[in-house]
Amino acid sequence: MKKVKIGIPKALLYYKYQVMWRSFFEELGLEVVVSPNTNKAILDLGTNSSIDESCTSAKIYMGHVEWLIGKCDYIFVPRIVSYEGGDITCTKFHGIYDIVRATFPAAKFLHYNVDYAEGHTQEKAYSKLGKELGAKPAAVKLAYENALNALKNYEKGLESRQEALVCAESLKVLVVAHPYNIYDKLIGEPIVKALEELNVGVLYADIPDTIDMCKQSKTLSDSMYWRYNKELVGAIGHYKDDIDGIIFMATFPCGPDSLAIELLMRKLKEIPMTTLIVDSNFGEAGIQTRIESFIDIIEAKKKEAAHAV
Amino acid sequence: MQYRISFPHMGKYYIPIKKAMEAFVGNYGEVILPPPITKRTIELGALHSPDFVCVPFKYTLGNFIEALENGANVLFQIAGDCRLGFYSEVQEQILQDLDFDFTFHMMELNGKNAKGLYEVFKAMNPELTLPKVVSTLAVVVRIVYAMDGIEKYIRQNIGFEVEKGGFERIEKQFLAEIATAETMPQAGRIFKKYLKKLKTVALNKPAKPLRVGVVGELYVLMEPFSNYFIEKELAKFGIEVERFITASYLIFSTQHNVKKILKQADGYVSYEIGADGTDSVAKSVVMAKKGYDGIIHLKPFGCTPEVNSIPMVNKISEDFEIPVLYFSFDAQTSETGVKTRLEAFYDMLEMKKRGRAL
Repeated sequence: MKKVKIGIPKALLYYKYQVMWRSFFEELGLEVVVSPNTNKAILDLGTNSSIDESCTSAKIYMGHVEWLIGKCDYIFVPRIVSYEGGDITCTKFHGIYDIVRATFPAAKFLHYNVDYAEGHTQEKAYSKLGKELGAKPAAVKLAYENALNALKNYEKGLESRQEALVCAESLKVLVVAHPYNIYDKLIGEPIVKALEELNVGVLYADIPDTIDMCKQSKTLSDSMYWRYNKELVGAIGHYKDDIDGIIFMATFPCGPDSLAIELLMRKLKEIPMTTLIVDSNFGEAGIQTRIESFIDIIEAKKKEAAHAV
Repeated sequence: MQYRISFPHMGKYYIPIKKAMEAFVGNYGEVILPPPITKRTIELGALHSPDFVCVPFKYTLGNFIEALENGANVLFQIAGDCRLGFYSEVQEQILQDLDFDFTFHMMELNGKNAKGLYEVFKAMNPELTLPKVVSTLAVVVRIVYAMDGIEKYIRQNIGFEVEKGGFERIEKQFLAEIATAETMPQAGRIFKKYLKKLKTVALNKPAKPLRVGVVGELYVLMEPFSNYFIEKELAKFGIEVERFITASYLIFSTQHNVKKILKQADGYVSYEIGADGTDSVAKSVVMAKKGYDGIIHLKPFGCTPEVNSIPMVNKISEDFEIPVLYFSFDAQTSETGVKTRLEAFYDMLEMKKRGRAL
């Protein structure tokens, strides 16, 4: 029998959950196809099938979805709304499943729905998904547990690698950005590359333990309720004594980031910071120049401080 | 200390809010309304706001600054499901950075929060009791319903007045009188009296007028300054305007319920898509089914829930062949642009209707 093919768009929540998704689907005997790294063609596809005012990250997502049409049996578009403890996601994640359905009515989609506030836990979501795929409950349960472990191990690996970098002698910059922005080949990688070319150590704000970071975020913002911003805010507190600067990177016109970055820029006075806003017409050269001048400033500041001592 | 309380404008709703807050603070303070919204309000707000935040943030920040300039020292903002819930912390920080001296409160936008209100105001007014809060809220809720009821009738009919200005005159008298209502029955009587008065205004309304529904984000729907008085402009063309989103609907109505809204959306969405976006889809379906001639969708630039709703509203537009006009408002929106697009939309609806009649 031919294996059922599940298409996964390489955008948005892919960067958080791909390890778990892949493990789950493959253990249940399905084939996984992931769309390629974002390129200009995918961004253009997404821009054409999106509402103008959608954020660039969502436009990229739409491009990946469209790329997968015809290359798999189902396109996987999960919906995650809220987490344990009441934190929610940006409303883009509430709507994305219905948006792709309305935009590509002929395509077939597969999804799960995680919304703790409504009693839809992650475990329930996977068990429903497994049932839909025709797998036996016991097999689904095992696949879920294994997938969860795979994700945990993967995250731990990333964490320890980053912890090692914290001790490095080089200049260190914390990149505060959603994983789907900074790890994106087209819009994120140029930023990381520019930093690495200047021998700057790059720390990512999404890597430290999420639950810890959400707790820690309270010191900088007591009313923040977006899970994916909270963890980034917490990481600032976590790393603030180890880093020489912060780069906020966001896509235009991200709702949560528009306010979160404003608040943080006003609250954090002692750390050098800069903001990079990326939209569909961004230029790599412009980003490089801005990063170079930011690093110049940090270095000058560091020298000044050394003199003062 | 004398508490001088203020809150942002949204349409005429300052009337019931002021009434409630005056009752709550009693002899320990007063309400300072922000000056009516002008160009200065939005310019001030935009100047101190993050670049691509949605426009209600800019308007309400402008209101706060102008209220503080007039001596306010206690500010209230509402909470909400989208970015709105995070307005408070950022606006408070911005106003502190501007060196104003004030306390800031965020209130949940729902009808059941008597206890929360009581706790906040008890700290200012030691004589306040919970029953006082509850009884005040009861009257205020009735006033909001009365205002929304009167406005609904005006929206549907103001485009057809034989003599212009009649409705506006009556509405002004109504607002002055409803502000004085001290009991629920009294508010009810005032409502009935003015609805009757409105019904005596001579109309020249065709049997089947053009009917247009407005949907979208709550602030730009309910604060006419932010939508360039779009409902008034529509009335000038002789259009009957329908709008479901009102304060009474959002805060108090049992119809404002996820299950009911998703049912109305009839498969165009399977889940909530954020804040009022789901309702924009649902009410578009309702109006399309009822044979409205057109839909106007309003949102602040970049409003995620409403941007989410557009693919579905587009689909409804195709399936039911109902034209939809979209507006995005920001601090820099051009009034001429709005008017020109409305005029073209009206011409199109007119032609479509005439074509059908032939």
